[in-house]
Parts: sequence; C-alpha cells; structure tokens
Amino acid sequence: MIQPTTSDAGRPKNLLSLQIDLPDFTLATDEEKAQQIQTRPSVSFMKDAMRRLGRNKLAMLCLFVILLFALIAFITPYFYPYTYSKQDVTASYMRPFQYSQKEIARIENGQSVFPHIMGTDALGRDYAIRVIYGTRISLMVGIFSALIVIIIGILYGSISGYFGGRVDLIMMRIVDIIYALPDVLIVILLSVAIKDMVSMSKNALILRLGPGMISIFLVFGLLYWVGMARQVRGQVLSIKEQEYVLASRAIGAKASRIIRKHMIPNCVSVIIIVAAMQIPSAIFTESFLSFLGLGVSMPMPSLGSLAADARNGLVSYPYLLFFPATSIFLVVLSFNLLGNGLRDAFDPKLRS
Amino acid sequence: MRLLEVENLRTSFFTPAGEVKAVDGVSFSLDHGKVLGIVGESGSGKSVTAYSILQILTQPGRIVGGSVRFRGKELVGAPESEIRAIRGNKISIIFQDPMTSLTPVYTIENQLVEAISLHTDRNKRQSRDRALEMLQLVGINDPEKRLKQYAHELSGGMRQRVMIAMALACEPDILIADEPTTALDVTIQAQILELMDRLQKQLGMAIIMITHDLGVIANLCDEVIVMYAGRAAERGIAREIFYNPKHEYTKGLLRSIPNIENDEKEQLVPISGTPVDLLNLPGGCAFAPRCDHAMKICLREHPREISVAQYHLSSCWRNVEEGIRTGMLETDETGEPIRIREAIPAEGGRTL
Amino acid sequence: MSAKFTGYLLRRFGMALLTIFLVIVITFATMHAIPASPFSSEKAKSDATIAALEAKYGFDKPLPVQFLNYIKGIARFDFGLSTAWVGSTVFGLIRNGFSYSAIIGLCAAVLALLLGLVLGSVSALNRGGIIDQVIQVITIALVSMPSFVLATLFLLFFGLRLKWFPTLGTQPGGLFLPILSLALYPMAYTTRLQRSSMLDVLGQDFIRTARAKGLHWYKVVFKHALKCALIPIVTYAGPMMANILVGSMVVENIFSVPGLGRLFVNSMLRTDYMIIMGITIFLAILIVLMNFLCDILYKVIDPRIQLS
Repeated sequence: MIQPTTSDAGRPKNLLSLQIDLPDFTLATDEEKAQQIQTRPSVSFMKDAMRRLGRNKLAMLCLFVILLFALIAFITPYFYPYTYSKQDVTASYMRPFQYSQKEIARIENGQSVFPHIMGTDALGRDYAIRVIYGTRISLMVGIFSALIVIIIGILYGSISGYFGGRVDLIMMRIVDIIYALPDVLIVILLSVAIKDMVSMSKNALILRLGPGMISIFLVFGLLYWVGMARQVRGQVLSIKEQEYVLASRAIGAKASRIIRKHMIPNCVSVIIIVAAMQIPSAIFTESFLSFLGLGVSMPMPSLGSLAADARNGLVSYPYLLFFPATSIFLVVLSFNLLGNGLRDAFDPKLRS
Repeated sequence: MRLLEVENLRTSFFTPAGEVKAVDGVSFSLDHGKVLGIVGESGSGKSVTAYSILQILTQPGRIVGGSVRFRGKELVGAPESEIRAIRGNKISIIFQDPMTSLTPVYTIENQLVEAISLHTDRNKRQSRDRALEMLQLVGINDPEKRLKQYAHELSGGMRQRVMIAMALACEPDILIADEPTTALDVTIQAQILELMDRLQKQLGMAIIMITHDLGVIANLCDEVIVMYAGRAAERGIAREIFYNPKHEYTKGLLRSIPNIENDEKEQLVPISGTPVDLLNLPGGCAFAPRCDHAMKICLREHPREISVAQYHLSSCWRNVEEGIRTGMLETDETGEPIRIREAIPAEGGRTL
Repeated sequence: MSAKFTGYLLRRFGMALLTIFLVIVITFATMHAIPASPFSSEKAKSDATIAALEAKYGFDKPLPVQFLNYIKGIARFDFGLSTAWVGSTVFGLIRNGFSYSAIIGLCAAVLALLLGLVLGSVSALNRGGIIDQVIQVITIALVSMPSFVLATLFLLFFGLRLKWFPTLGTQPGGLFLPILSLALYPMAYTTRLQRSSMLDVLGQDFIRTARAKGLHWYKVVFKHALKCALIPIVTYAGPMMANILVGSMVVENIFSVPGLGRLFVNSMLRTDYMIIMGITIFLAILIVLMNFLCDILYKVIDPRIQLS
C-alpha cells in the first residue's frame, strides 16, 4: 500500500543499464564533500550586532536624524546672524519668514537680511536660533546623563558583581534603597533649591547651566545609575561563572584585568541598551523642569521653556509651540527608535 | 483503516533568512497499540513532525504539503474546531521540558481539571476525582496535596508525571512523547520510561516516542524512523533497524553507542562533521558531506526510498549501488529503483 | 496567608518606611540648605518682624530640633503652616489640591492601564499585521511626546480652536483634557510593555501545552497567557503612578486645575518652602505606598517568587 516516497525528479533514467564503475558510483573526494557545506562565516558578536544594526533602516535613519540635529545645534550658532538673546520689541511675534518694518527698510536700502525662518517670539528674538539652542541643551542633557549613568553604573555594578559575597550584599542593599526613592520628585526638589542658590551665584558656568541641568546631572549621578548598576552586576555575576574567567584567574590574572578584558566586553550589550533607554528620559526630565521654570537660566532657551512661553498667545501664534514641540518630538522619537534598534541588534536573547 | 497515516508531510518555517524545510516529505503510519520511535539529532525534524500532526506549530511555521489522517479523517486543512476536538482527547502530547511545560501561575488541579472537563462530560467534582485517579495512576504519592501545588513546587520527574497524567486523562488513542526524558536526571529517566511502558500495556494506546536516544527506542519501540535533515533516512521494524541497518547515518549512530555485550576492544566511532544547516541544505543526500562512503551521485541527487528488506525502507544510494552490483535491484517500468529483490513486497504486509 | 508571607509583608513595609524617612531627610536637608529665609524676600519687613515670624514657624530653633518637630508633625498629618498663605496649614492646602489631583491621577491611571492592556494584547496577537503596525507607530510617537506638549496641543485644538472641551479644569468636564493628556504616555508605555510581555509568554512551552490540550485560542490567551503577561505590568504600575502624579504638576498648570501641581508651582513663585516640602513628602509617601502595594500584588499573582 505504501510506496517508497518519491523524491526529486531529474535522476538518470534507466538505472539497470548503469554499471558500477560508472563515475556516479565512485567515492566522492573530501573536497567535493566540503563544497557541499556552505558554512556561514563566523563573525564576532560585536561585528554581528553592528551588521544587524546597519541593516535596520529605521534605526540608521534615526541615527542620521540625531547626527543632523547635533550638527545643526552645535555648528549653526557660529555663523548664524542672530543670537538667542538679542531682543527687538519692534519685531515681536513675527510669523516665519516675515520681516519687521526696520528690516523691510534695510532691504529697500539694498541690504540683505537673513530671514527669520521660524519667526520671532514675544520679545522679537529670532525663534529659529532659540529652538536650535534648546535642541542643543536637550541633546547635551541626554548624552551627558547617559555618560554619567554609564560610568557610575559600570563601576558600581562590576565591583559589586565581581567581588560578590558581603560586598555585593551591602552594595545592592544601597541600590535597593536608592531605587525606591521617587527620583523625579527629588529632581524637582533639588532644582527648586538649586535655583535659589544659582540666582546668588557668580560662577559663570553655574549660571549658564542653570538649576535644571545641574540638578539633573546631580540626580543622575546620585540616583539614576542604579538601573545600570543592577544590570551590569547581573551580567558580571553570570560571566564570573564562565570557565574562561576561571581559567584566567587560575593563571593569576588580576581583578582589574579580568574586569577589563572579560567583564566589560561581555557587558557591552547591556550597557548600550540601558544607556540608550536613559537618554529620552533625561531629555524629558530637563524639558519638564524647564517648563516649570526650573531649567536653564534666562535668557538661555530650552525646548521646555520655549513650549511654556508659547502658551501666551497660543491661539494667535501656534507656531511658537509647534517648532519646539516638533524638535523635542523628533529628537526623542529618534533616540527611542535607535534604542529599539540597538536592543534588537545587541540583545542575544532576541536573536532568532 | 490505520489509526494514523502521515503521508509526504512537509512543514516549513518561513524565517527572515529564508524558508527552513524542517520536515520535508515524511511518511509513516501507526496502528492501535503500537509504539513508533522517531530518532534523530537536534534539528532533524522529529519534534516538528509531532507538532505538525497536532497542528500546534508556532509562527512562522506551517504545514506546506502532505496529509495527516487520523482514523481515515484528513487533519491537514480541517477546521480548527475539529483539530481541537482531537488534541488532548484522541491524540495527546507530552513535551521535552516538564519545567516549562506547565503554566506557572495555576495549580496542578486547575490545569488537570481543565483538560478533563474540556473533553468529557464530567462536572467539576468528577473531573477532580479523575485528576486524583490519574495522579495515582502515574505514581504520584499524596496526590491530594499535589493538586493544590504549583508546578515550581514539584520536581522535574514529578512534573513529567503530571504531564503524562494530563495527557492520558482523556484516554487518548495516541500519545506523542516528545523527548520525554531528555531534561530529566538519568535515574528519573528510567522511571519515566518504565511508567510509559507500563501505562502503554495497561491502557493500550499507541505511542510515538521521539528521542535522540537509541537506547530508549530499542527497549520500547515496535517500529523506528531514523530522521535526518527533515527526511526519513531509514524506517522499519525495530529489529531490522538495529540489526540490519541500511543507511550510513543509522550505522554511524549505532557505532557511536557503547554496548556492554560487545568486545571490550571495540571502539566507539563518533559521526564526524557537524549537523546540517537547514538554511543551506546541500544538494543530494543531506548526510553525504559527513558520510565516509559518499559517492559522487550522493552529492548530486537525493536518494529515493527503496525497500531493502521486509518491513524495512531506506534512502541511501549505497543500497542502489549494491543492488546493481549484485543484480538484485528491481526497478519500475521507468527504471526507478523500488526494492532489493528478496524483500517481501509491501503490499498486504505490515508496513510503516 | 502563610507566616512566610506575613514576614515578607513586614520586611517590605519596613523598607517602605525607611524610604519615606530618607525622603523626609533629603527634603528637609535640601530645603534648609537654601541660604535665603522664606521671609527675607518680602520687603517692608523689619528684622524684628522677620525674627518674630521665624519664631512663630519655629525656624529659630536649632535644626535637629526643627527636624524632630517636623517628623513628629508628619506622623499626625501636620506639615506645618504655610508661609505664603497666612493662616492656612500646609496639610489643609494639600488636601484641597489633592482632591483634584487624585481624581485626575486615578482616572488617568485606570485609563492608561485598561487601554494599554487591551491594545498591547491586540498588538501581540496580531504580530506583524496591519493593526499591530498601526499600534506600534502610534505608541512610539506617544512615548516620544512630553505630556506638557500634548497637553498644550490639546488645549489649543480641542479647547481653544474646536471648543469641544472647556479649557479650565474647574468647569464641568474640564478634567477630561488633563486626564487624557496625562494618560496617553503611560497608556502607550503600557501597550508596548504588554505587547512584548505577551509575545514573550506566547512563545513559552506552557502555551504549547495549553494548545495541545485542545483549548480554544481565547482560553489559551485569556487564561494561560494573560495572567503571566500581567506580571511585568504590575511592576510598572508603581512607577507609572509616580509618573502621572508628577506629570500632573505641569498639566494642572496648563489647564488651570487647582490641584497639587498648581499649588506646588505657586509655592515656588512665592518661595513657600513649607508647602514645597509638604507636597514633596506627601507625593513621596503616596508613591512609596503605591510601589509597596504593587510589590505585594506582584507576589500574589506570581506564585513562583520566593519570598526570601
């Protein structure tokens, strides 16, 4: 009832006529066999991950957007004809590409006037450069916060995980306690306090940074690294059990060497993923504080304070809201999507 | 009418990297009360064959061809409701890893009663009584207590017993055991196999035993299918497969297991090479690159399955070559090889 | 409830109390680190008046004594007296504001959780399909938008332009827009979390077991998958409440809701440190308690967790 299963077509027809000395039935050489196996080239994890990331078009687009924003934000101020603080009450609330009467007069005199691409604000300041400065603040906050988290988190997490035992127990208890603190509340509280101190300070840098930035960096340095520390510790704990680390220790490698050579390279994925997630939350926090008036000191703009100021005359001049809103949206969206791409590329668990 | 007939079953996984033909033309049939063993290494398509029978494949896998008939009724393409009526009722399955195969957030009682009341008219009380009865049957002591526990509170062996109890609660005609002992300790393995043997004799259901352990097959099975790269390399009654293997892969497998009764000087010979990459299947016989006797034709064309002895089919060019050499090969009118003479025709006899 | 569980409860509660204590210490220290006296900014007050005022509020006592008095007060829900609104207690002001903030926060949380669970599950079950893709795009956009931007946009479009909803929180129906703008971010976040959690669970072995039993897919999803998939959501619920309560600060200002957030901003403008401290500590206690409840709920849902 059951016939042998038929297989591929295209085999020699009359097999009875075949002779055993036919070339088909001679043993195949090793080379011939080897040709049959198409091995996929083995690549290192990092290279593989980078390749996967490179293939993720959306993530690459987001990376491009971020780089573009960064380029604009850091280079434009050097040659832009307007500054973020120069007021001109005769040119207040101009729509994008609108010229004030003074400027029209100058144009009629044959002078060239650079257009206000995004119009001007209530005090007649060029809005485009203000949005650019605001974006710069957002990007800086995002990047530096991530750096702070990376540095402290890695140090703390790897020490805790590496030494284990009682050291680990105490260090992780501290992390637990910090983890339980309501971090955003503390940021706000610190900003309130620092705002008053900043207003009395004569230090130029502190004045420039403003209470929002200082308290954000402070709080990221004090509180936000715990997530990173936990992840790194977990990773280190599991790597510690691996044979190659045991072997390394057996030949007398020092702790610092083992951390450097084995732990950190193996933690890279976790570090990248957690850091990428950190950036949008830092940008949000800064803009939130600026919106409350706790951010950068006047007249320095931030996307949050721009959005807050835009509420005056919202119906008549909605573009004052749209420009900073779009900017923060695009920056955070790009970081979010890039973060997703990084997670997909670097999380071996998700590989299928 | 056979209990279960599988014909030219083909199942593929459509991954981003390409179509993976996990099962590529597998045929067999199963009678009441028989034990069929499916052996093969990881990725040979054993489990996918089982999941295809019950249609519990996960995305992106799906049956692309062939037929599965249960008591003459075609299951491939049948409405979901009909398949559901068979799953867990007429055909049950137990899985490799009892640690993860029970829902962690419900009690054993909940899950057992759910299975029983789904396919029978028993009310809640009666279902619970049946659950107790089943737990006793599979040798779980203090079943009252176990019913109230969660999966994580039981040992691996105990969980597999629960799985068996759940699978057999509705008195199925077929029990599919997908590597039921792989994840268990050696001593527990023996207990579980013994239990399955006892239950099979006691309840009389047919079993499809999927394993990579030839020892398991030898003790339990009436018939055996040896799978390689999604196809049946060789199939037949257990005695034939073990004492008269006609496929180089089977021979290799048998050479690689230790045997106390054999001469002490006999060496264990591992099969060289690595398992096939299903994404890059070699043309011709998938085993050829690892086969010591591979001929030029093996690398080029897939061997047709021919009858090599009574109740014994094999897909290996070596049989054809030998048949031609000894003049014992029979072909059909187009010259296709069908059987080695002397082998009793499949018609009317017991076949797979 | 086993003795083990009671032990866990007590330990966890102790931890919560410790956290609250720490917040009080941090708040107190930060506020007292500010060099300016809350009264010095107001003109036309002689030194004698300021000294009298400081005596009235107890600011003349040494710091440790002030701290002890403050802690004792908090235990009796006494957060001291407002310096800006003379004659009002801080707790009285907080209670008034919280009656608004609580409604907004609770509605936003419920809305976010319910919608997020449904959308996330739908998305996971339609993985790769058109519905999934639409939900994915919308949610990634929503988690990239700060709530104050959303709130201002809603105010502009639905309030001022289309006039569908009132723009003042005190008007009837005026809480709708604040609730919506607060709920959307956590809703989108919950959706994404639920989607990945659901996908994770659906790929697990016990789902295959449930299917192999012959269960209908809805039973597999709603009974076996959903309960397991809820576990990460429960752990997010605590931080989500914190997010909503804090986000409420700006949203209340945008929609002129006389809630805690508006009180906080007004206190900032009038340098009323007593209220700032009071609100911070009050919200911190709420958040810590919320986290405590979520932790307990988490242990109840997931029997696997060892109560060590």
